[in-house]
Amino acid sequence: MTKLTLSRALNEGLRRSLEADPKVMIMGEDVGKLGGVFRVTDGLQKDFGEHRVMDTPLAESGIIGTAIGLALRGYRPVCEIQFDGFVFPATDQIVSQLAKMHHRSGGKVTLPVVIRIPFGGGIGAVEHHSESPEVFFAHTAGLRVVACADPAEAFAMIQLAIASDDPVIFFEPKRRYWDKGEVDTAASLDGALPLDKARIVLPGDDVTLLSYGPLVRTCAEAAVAAREEGRSIEVIDLRSLSPLDMETITASVSRTGRCVVAHEAPVYAGLGAEIAARVTEQCFYHLESPVLRVGGFATPYPPARLEDHYLPDLDRILDAVDRTFAF
Amino acid sequence: MTVETGGAITVAPQDIELIQLLTPEGERVDHPKYPLDDDVDLKGMYRDMVLVRRIDTEAIALQRQGELGLWASLLGQEAAQVGSGRALSPRDMAFPSYREHGVAWCRGLDPARLLELFRGVNQGSWDPEEHKFHLYTIVIGDQTLHATGYAMGIQRDSSEDEAVIVYFGDGATSQGDVSEAFAWASVFHAPVVFFCQNNQYAISAPQERQSPIPLYKRADGFGFPGVRVDGNDVLACHAVTRHALRAAREGQGPTLIEAFTYRMGAHTTTDDPTRYRLTSELETWRLRDPIERVRVYLARTGQANAAFFEQIDAEAAELGTRVRQACHDLPDPAPLTVFDHVYTGANAILDAERAQYEAYLDGFEEAAR
Repeated sequence: MTKLTLSRALNEGLRRSLEADPKVMIMGEDVGKLGGVFRVTDGLQKDFGEHRVMDTPLAESGIIGTAIGLALRGYRPVCEIQFDGFVFPATDQIVSQLAKMHHRSGGKVTLPVVIRIPFGGGIGAVEHHSESPEVFFAHTAGLRVVACADPAEAFAMIQLAIASDDPVIFFEPKRRYWDKGEVDTAASLDGALPLDKARIVLPGDDVTLLSYGPLVRTCAEAAVAAREEGRSIEVIDLRSLSPLDMETITASVSRTGRCVVAHEAPVYAGLGAEIAARVTEQCFYHLESPVLRVGGFATPYPPARLEDHYLPDLDRILDAVDRTFAF
Repeated sequence: MTVETGGAITVAPQDIELIQLLTPEGERVDHPKYPLDDDVDLKGMYRDMVLVRRIDTEAIALQRQGELGLWASLLGQEAAQVGSGRALSPRDMAFPSYREHGVAWCRGLDPARLLELFRGVNQGSWDPEEHKFHLYTIVIGDQTLHATGYAMGIQRDSSEDEAVIVYFGDGATSQGDVSEAFAWASVFHAPVVFFCQNNQYAISAPQERQSPIPLYKRADGFGFPGVRVDGNDVLACHAVTRHALRAAREGQGPTLIEAFTYRMGAHTTTDDPTRYRLTSELETWRLRDPIERVRVYLARTGQANAAFFEQIDAEAAELGTRVRQACHDLPDPAPLTVFDHVYTGANAILDAERAQYEAYLDGFEEAAR
């Protein structure tokens, strides 16, 4: 076991994938010489060369469109979109082409493209650098959408994503890039939790708290705080946002009878809405209260001096938990 | 011509063909197509460049001290921005990217408005029409289409004394939106000037990663003129921009200006340029400083004396103090302003969220009592 930051764990995972398969390549803005603005690809161009770790022109649609072409030619491109808010110039290529080509070709074409996107707020950034656009992609059939939450998860999940024959939108919680955790860099992927499975972070009995990405840590901290007040929260890291691991979710909620979903993205038409609907359908007779959601407001991501209000914190999450006991 | 070795520019900048009216050594040279206008106020340009550099220096310091979240420095690009900014008529409209603090200054924008944005107080609080200076655009290249559309509006209004200028960088030329803006402006003869500040780097990517040919030549394929100007020569930037704006107003359509310059500082305060470029390159460009050559020329020709330069320096120092104070005086926005101006009127979902959050905040106050 080694103690790594989440950023470094991704770097190690990418390195493993580059070593394991000569068809894996990395492409994006500033990923080569600079090593990425968050240093996730640091040193990889030096070790694997410019053909495999490529600094692209500044054009997101170009990055994804050419990655599709490379994938058609048998490569496995791992694309970096520098910040969440910069993915939108590429959405035509992602939504209209990448997501649909396997289906359109009757299964003859596979596009094993990974798109890494640092997402979420909390770093005091300027506009377009703190957004949570996951639901746009979760809504698009043909894409797998995942989010990692800690270094060990990041290390395993990036390798699983690269090994996936479906296109994967891979969200990285940018404010957690510097979080440290134990990572077994020698571990085989065979024992890893599959990419489409959720993970129980902390077991509990009274209420199920679902989250992903940057808020998993906040939820765990909320659960610890609640425990001192005698309330037992089960925290689940969804990991996969599309598809959802409903089996793990319903097993938990059927036991606890209460469910709260937390994400940074706006609550309105967010992932929590899909979860709430499905939990209501599948756990109706077990529910003691409605599924509650806590998340961003129905506003654009605010300027940095207001982001602490926008982002769900421990208090807002526990407030939602409390409200599930008020019914 | 440019020779690429491992991504670095090895060609000396003086070997690049470009329009120049004032050499790095401070010598006036003539160009047949761009005679110097009689009303050119070089001392005023000098003053503007010194003052915007001072704003920039102060903002970097404020970021280092935690007062700003970020700052995108214009260091080295003062001539490109002041030269082109001063070429605009009061009615011309400017669309900036996010580094055009010098153009903002020329449009009469209070520097505090820029600090607000980089401090994270708001996303841009000025009225674009009041200053004829649009809000900063951070997503690369998007504003080129906005500028083109605005110019198409000017055509529809049959206005003959207005044009549009749009600022973007070398990196932006790879974006699809920028090519689309070129196409639209060209086929509709829109009165827009595309002002590309080629500062040689898109964060770490050298210009050669965007284009193996000079950027101004992009215009050829779209069917409108492209010109490359010494971006560190304020007189040349002024003359070339004024010429292009005049052509736009006269119905001759767009021009692409490539201002060949250099980003002397980091991409932003979070960037570390030592990872991707050599100090020697920086030193080469330091000899081409946009302000120094004007100072040398003004002093040598007797247009300005020591007292003038001292006065400008004193003015810059005073401005620096004022900028610093203005930054410290910026109040944090009230929490509920998160919900303001998302829509022009009421919105039931948003209004319910505001009420809920207000009650939530009140709960803390009650608990504290």
